[in-house]
Amino acid sequence: MNFPLPNFLPALPEIFLLTMACVVLLVDLFLTDRSRGATYILAMASLLGVCVLIALSFSHSRILTFSDTFVRDPMADALKMGIMIAAMVSFLYAKDYLREHGMFKGEFYILGLFGVLGMMILVSAHNFLTVYLGLELLSLCMYAMVAMQRDSAIASEAAMKYFVLGAIASGMLLYGMSILYGVTGTLDLGLINERLPNVQDKILLSFGMVFLIVGIAFKLGAVPFHMWVPDVYEGAPTAVTLYLAAAPKLAAFAMLMRLLVDGMASLHGQWQDILILLAVASMAIGNIIAIAQANLKRLLAYSAISHVGYLLLGVLTGTTEGYAASMFYALTYVLMTLGAFGMIMLMSRQGFEADRLEDFKGLNERSPWFAFIMMILMFSMAGVPPFLGFWAKLSVLQALVQSTGLLWLAITAVVFSIIGAFYYLRVIKMMYFDKAEDSSALIASNDMRVVLSANGLLVLGLGLYPGLLLAFCLATIVSP
Amino acid sequence: MEMKSLYLWIALSPLIGAVIAGLFGKMVGRSGAHWVTIIGVAVSCLLSLYVFKAIVIDGADGFNGTVYTWLVSEGIHFEVGFLIDKLSVMMMVVVTFVSLMVHIYTVGYMRDDPGYQRFFSYISLFTFSMLILVMSNNFMQLFFGWEAVGLVSYLLIGFWYTRESAIYANLKAFLVNRVGDFGFLLGIAGVLMYFGTLDYATVFANVDKVDGKTMTILGSTPWSVLTVICILLFIGAMGKSAQVPLHVWLPDSMEGPTPISALIHAATMVTAGIFMVARMSPLFEMSETALSVVMVIGAITALFMGFLGLIQNDIKRVIAYSTLSQLGYMTVALGASAYAAGIFHLMTHAFFKALLFLGAGSVIIAMHHVQDIRQMGGLRKYMPITWITFLIGSLALIGTPGFAGFYSKDSIIEAVQLSTLPGHQFAYFAVLAGVLVTALYSFRLYFLVFHGKERMDEHTRAHLHETPWVVTLPLILLAIPSVFIGAYYVGSMAFGNFFGDAIFVLPQHNVLGELAREFHGAWPMAIHAFSTAPFWLALSGVVIAYYLYMVNTALPAKIQARVQFLYTLLDNKYYFDRFNEIFFAGGSRGIGRLLWQTGDAKLIDGMIINGTARTVGWVSGVVRRVQTGYLYHYAFAMILGLMFLLATYVLGWI
Repeated sequence: MNFPLPNFLPALPEIFLLTMACVVLLVDLFLTDRSRGATYILAMASLLGVCVLIALSFSHSRILTFSDTFVRDPMADALKMGIMIAAMVSFLYAKDYLREHGMFKGEFYILGLFGVLGMMILVSAHNFLTVYLGLELLSLCMYAMVAMQRDSAIASEAAMKYFVLGAIASGMLLYGMSILYGVTGTLDLGLINERLPNVQDKILLSFGMVFLIVGIAFKLGAVPFHMWVPDVYEGAPTAVTLYLAAAPKLAAFAMLMRLLVDGMASLHGQWQDILILLAVASMAIGNIIAIAQANLKRLLAYSAISHVGYLLLGVLTGTTEGYAASMFYALTYVLMTLGAFGMIMLMSRQGFEADRLEDFKGLNERSPWFAFIMMILMFSMAGVPPFLGFWAKLSVLQALVQSTGLLWLAITAVVFSIIGAFYYLRVIKMMYFDKAEDSSALIASNDMRVVLSANGLLVLGLGLYPGLLLAFCLATIVSP
Repeated sequence: MEMKSLYLWIALSPLIGAVIAGLFGKMVGRSGAHWVTIIGVAVSCLLSLYVFKAIVIDGADGFNGTVYTWLVSEGIHFEVGFLIDKLSVMMMVVVTFVSLMVHIYTVGYMRDDPGYQRFFSYISLFTFSMLILVMSNNFMQLFFGWEAVGLVSYLLIGFWYTRESAIYANLKAFLVNRVGDFGFLLGIAGVLMYFGTLDYATVFANVDKVDGKTMTILGSTPWSVLTVICILLFIGAMGKSAQVPLHVWLPDSMEGPTPISALIHAATMVTAGIFMVARMSPLFEMSETALSVVMVIGAITALFMGFLGLIQNDIKRVIAYSTLSQLGYMTVALGASAYAAGIFHLMTHAFFKALLFLGAGSVIIAMHHVQDIRQMGGLRKYMPITWITFLIGSLALIGTPGFAGFYSKDSIIEAVQLSTLPGHQFAYFAVLAGVLVTALYSFRLYFLVFHGKERMDEHTRAHLHETPWVVTLPLILLAIPSVFIGAYYVGSMAFGNFFGDAIFVLPQHNVLGELAREFHGAWPMAIHAFSTAPFWLALSGVVIAYYLYMVNTALPAKIQARVQFLYTLLDNKYYFDRFNEIFFAGGSRGIGRLLWQTGDAKLIDGMIINGTARTVGWVSGVVRRVQTGYLYHYAFAMILGLMFLLATYVLGWI
């Protein structure tokens, strides 16, 4: 029996990360709580190593391996780099928080690393099976992480909701995959795309596609499959919220691209309609409900929902520019979210979460510099020039305006972004114009201060040279 | 030096002085500020004299060219350029000379003022703006200069900005000038629309192409395009040159320091309108309607503003009303197509009126800033130089044969007599009666201030003395042209071909040409004057003033009591201010309040802005309840969403 050895090289970063995750798992067993810092350093080193590996072998073309179930292309590499950086920043921000809240355990890092591995697999998926494998690896890690604070009722409740709803969504995704397998006879995304035009049973095909999109929408947190987002964001410890709010959004974007663009580009006309509905509903519900929130984590959850709406706008145009705009938006969103949650972590301390809006009152008096950083982040999220968030919104809107018949959608998006500006600006107003209820100085380690400052300034700096990131995104999206 | 850069230096050297004195006033100090601005204006004045000599005396060619192109939009050039001909060079000399005198005078007048540097910066800036205005070769630059002098006038009227009345006066000047400038801007827009260019020379060359064209404004009545343009431009002139009914700001502008009353509100800026109409003579000549309007407005101003001078008791206000009246004379001349006579009167008036204002300022300094003439009297023996120069100024103003004012005013009166345009009879009557009125108020002022009983208090009398040389020197230097310049230039300027091509008059309007045939020199003209009506009118004015205020000093009060209603009418300045206050100011405040409270506060803010915000907030409060926190609700929402997608899309695609 001839069993050819697959080409392992394209998957080298994943293999390295898997190995390292196992190493961390083993090493952590032999560490005491006092020397837990070693786990953190090892985890960071692993992520950095993956980063270096990807950077050294950054691909310029599309390589398929493992019987075409795994793909490596520039978009995958770019997104993986983004995921690595986001995960590293999350780990860094989380360190002090975990220490203060008694959660500085190896589990966080090990689950985190496996979650990252799941994301990488999802990003590189070229087969329904790989998609599902990556998705479940990621999701299971996240369920466990949300539940990590076992004694907290609210965290357990959030984990339970997340798990049950996630299971339903996975079920729907699998159902859609099986229908598509039934009508096309293959699990390979490339082959599915080729065979779709010849499928006779259009109803069955549409059924499968709708189920598939429901699965993606759940992962992205698009309305009406968004219900888990606010509860999980609020319930999970902030360190976990930060982890699952940032990097997995890139993976979800990749999943959207793999399934709809790689797998079903020929059905663009159909899935565009569904995405329009999801996008409008997400922008509307996200922005409007966010106004009524008093909890900053919940507010950011609804903000995330609305941002997903904008992210969908680029993809639904079905053009290379649109995809690049969406990817730009996803990267921008991750950068801003990291900063915003970083601010919450910076302000929280033992026994105090700093996740209410009131906690930001008068921040300017307590720390003008970090009030400034938060102001940059909030302005950017609201889409005020010249910050990065403005250019992200502008590029998806441009993609909309350039495609025929979608001008109304661009106008709708602008209207909702104006409504959305309210709650971001309210945070700024509270920081600068309200009196502080708590006048204690901020305590944070130096690495956190430096990285958070850099995070905020990057939003400003990239906003001043918006062409850099957008050109990078355009270069990595190779039309399939 | 190349002429073009010479012109640039003329315009820019006052600006340099203004910038240094204004922005670096603290650094250069008080004496630094007056030296730098005086040198700037002196350079400008000397160069202007040089250009005057070159063009007027040596007969060199003028200049018309662009210095800098600001922008080109759809083929229309917006440029900075100079048109230097005999008209503009005369204006340049008058402006820079009077300005230089005022600069020197200010050193004495403003000696103790804390805003010393600021004042010098403003008046130098004014000189720059005025030069830009008169040297312009296009409408855009004209408008820039027009607005810039208006701005400086505004700043200077409110120079003592802590005084309530000064703030009121400068706001009033600003608003009234807005009305005029709006018309002016519309006129320029009309020029641009029908001529397609802003360049003077091109516009004038194409007048015959636009002549005869009509436009409709309201309804279907056709209007001659040129008439509309000219009247609109003249509305601008009415604002700047304070013609009825836009004159109301000028008397109040006396709130500013006296040097600027002399410079801006008597000699130069207020004559910008006269200059502009003369510059636009090729346009105005084509529209008899516009000329007629100009003449009637000027005549009304000349006579009725003179009446108001009769009852004023503030020394500066008397001269201010006199200025209004004299501006009316100039305007009448323009309307009678005697542009040259108007400009001639502008020049002589600039000298003797600046002299009168500065003389009044000298009196005010000596009286420790008392301006009420009822508290003066007998100042002659305390301030001989001021007295004699003031007398010269007054004699020039009333048109005493031989003095400057005589030649220019008599030319105007005779030109109006020959005019045939509608309204010329009224205009002739007005300018003739105006002579009597002018003599009456001028000598009423003169007698009350310099002769008769000394009515000031003891303290003031004890300190009365002649003002320092920086004040009296300009008086003397201004007195010289007030006497001689009329006789010297009447032959060439009013009746000769002094302005050459700069002023255009149609043959059938050429009243000055007709007069020139009977002109045999300055001296015979003065001799001849003794047998004409204006001289006897002026003389009787002086005699009446003497009788009323020197001999029978109780009589004025009796007359006043007898014709109380007339006095009240004059005292309220024909109720112009009251009318504007109630109708325009009150009306626009009313409209503003209506739009603010109903339109803005209720409709826009209440319904559109806050209304949408409230709606969004309300929706938000309601929709958030969907997020119940129950797992089965969440799962149900997902199923519903799925069903909806299936129902809408899958069934829709079949």
